[in-house]
Amino acid sequence: MDFIRDNLPYILAGISVGGQYALIAIGYTMVYGILRLINFAHGDMFMIAGLMGVYAVTWMPLYLAIPFVIIFTVVLGFLIERAAYRPLRNAPRMSVMISAIGVSYLLQNLALYVTGGLTKTYPTIPWISSTITVFGATTKVVTVITPILTIALVVLLMILIHKTKIGMAMRAVSRDFETSRLMGIQIDSVISMTFIIGSFLAAVGSILYFSNYTGVMPTAGAMPGLKAFVAAVFGGIGSIPGAVIGAFIIGICENIIKGMGLTTFSDAFTFAFLIIILIVRPSGLFGEKNIDKV
Amino acid sequence: MKKFSLLLVLVLVFSVFAMGCGGSSDDAAGDDSAAGDNVIKIGVFEPASGDNGAGGKQETLGIQYANEMCPTVEIDGVEYQVQLEIVDNESSTDKGPTAAQNLVSKGVSIVLGSYGSGVSIAASDIFADAGIPALGVTCTNPQVTEGNDHYFRICFLDPFQGTVLANFAKDNFDAKTAYALAKLGDDYSVGLCNYFKQAFEGLGGTVVYETFPDGNSDFTSYVANAAKANADVFFAPVSTEAAALIIDQASAQNLQMPILAGDTWDSNVITGAAKGKNVDINVTTFYQEGGNAEFDEGIKAWIEADSTNLANNGGNTDLAAVTAMGYDAYFTALEAIKLAGSGDPAAVMAALPNVQYEGVTGMITFNEIGDANRTTAYVKHCNTDEGIWEFVAEQGVE
Repeated sequence: MDFIRDNLPYILAGISVGGQYALIAIGYTMVYGILRLINFAHGDMFMIAGLMGVYAVTWMPLYLAIPFVIIFTVVLGFLIERAAYRPLRNAPRMSVMISAIGVSYLLQNLALYVTGGLTKTYPTIPWISSTITVFGATTKVVTVITPILTIALVVLLMILIHKTKIGMAMRAVSRDFETSRLMGIQIDSVISMTFIIGSFLAAVGSILYFSNYTGVMPTAGAMPGLKAFVAAVFGGIGSIPGAVIGAFIIGICENIIKGMGLTTFSDAFTFAFLIIILIVRPSGLFGEKNIDKV
Repeated sequence: MKKFSLLLVLVLVFSVFAMGCGGSSDDAAGDDSAAGDNVIKIGVFEPASGDNGAGGKQETLGIQYANEMCPTVEIDGVEYQVQLEIVDNESSTDKGPTAAQNLVSKGVSIVLGSYGSGVSIAASDIFADAGIPALGVTCTNPQVTEGNDHYFRICFLDPFQGTVLANFAKDNFDAKTAYALAKLGDDYSVGLCNYFKQAFEGLGGTVVYETFPDGNSDFTSYVANAAKANADVFFAPVSTEAAALIIDQASAQNLQMPILAGDTWDSNVITGAAKGKNVDINVTTFYQEGGNAEFDEGIKAWIEADSTNLANNGGNTDLAAVTAMGYDAYFTALEAIKLAGSGDPAAVMAALPNVQYEGVTGMITFNEIGDANRTTAYVKHCNTDEGIWEFVAEQGVE
């Protein structure tokens, strides 16, 4: 019992942060699956969603602010794809990636300009910011609801992908871009849909993440974004269940490492882990094997 | 289509550059009308963004207020305009040197700053090579002034501050075990934690020392570690950005443990974060609000009158000790210029060791290393009901 009481806070924190990484990681993995593009701006979208949360509550009541943040992020994600990636659809893949890096810096510097470089405190959302006690460990409610909400959203997403027409189109596009275009699938609308879903999940993730860790600064998206990316690669980039499981594993391991007193190495561990996975299983846990098409 | 995409890429690229420069240079160029022959430039090397942005802005406010109070200096009967050159070192040891170089090329006579010892140490050589003296305002790490002739400072040092805090923990909380948390690679917090550790272990206590990496915002496990270690005090002399997250997490986990910190925490960012939360925060600092009523009143009215200043002070008129220190630093620099009889950096550097100035934070004189002779620190406690600082004690070291 003592063992559980001592270690529960770490595991709770790990599951919670893992769920938040998972919501970001899905955005990375879906975009990669369909466009073969690593969307470097995704972590910064997450930060912008957090920042918008800070400003939105000063403009409108909370029950309007949360939907507003989500819609704003979705529109932003859609517009970024439209303005920065779509014109480069037939350009070499490297150009699109550089465009993504450009968007990432644009968002960061925009946030720096708007906030004046100071950290903004995320608003307190009633109920989910209050504290509860779970088996003797005191924590915020958001810690407990994050994994539940994450899994619910992932199940919904899987239904969307496997049972609906747009989902079928997404699967087809991710399998073979050119052929699905020949078969009459509207590639552009499928890609827009992918960005909309990714941004939606990032916005939900940002509400949960910043309710728990309340400082929003222009670089706040960098570290969670990077770790979510590692999670996506770890699970096998392109695979949604892989990204979710990868994110939970990274979140939990990271916190257990900190709990063991090796705090200095917690980030080093995450990235060392990535290297080992890439050496042992280059396609990740659930990744598809690369088939060279001739 | 191709042309359009090229245009878009160009627009994106240029907007990134434009944004990057926008934040730092707008203040500096403000007062060009005063430029003439009789101008002496004082460089302000402070962070306005990054980890220490909030504190750096408050320190700069003190300097700006002092400059507004006393915008001229008289040397041999000739009146010189004093012009501030403000740069943003972004709290970053790799960007700081570029900002320092910028000050050097503007031809400043003396540099004030920086908030944060790490940036000061990183930029030190640039000032040394240019032969420009630097006056640290609140950088407390010993390495800033050690082994050089050009860096001076007006605040107390971390070995002193660490000892004061260790004594305070022992005397007031009867602490036997302390949990110390520093940011990896940050000279200020790592240094202060080490001095605290030495002093606290010298008093017979034990210290559990941990570090967190740059970019970390999840302090759940660190707070849990402190609880697991059965520590009596939580010592976290980290930047205010991290501090707000630690306070929030300590309150969420209901950590019933006094939190101790150094001068960086003396800021309205902390009182704002702690307001209404169940935490017990104590800090050591340079100046207690109310120490000089005339100064307090003047600067509060000045901050209130300008919305930019108000935003830079965090939205209210609570005075941070660093603001008072910035005010004193400006006048100490003016004293040195008067004593030197010119704005020539070499003459100012030669004059600095002999400066004596009675500031709002106390008497400022320098010892042979270039540090101010300070023997007392103020201990403050955060009243979480009202979100204000309360004076606890004046503490020194025997």
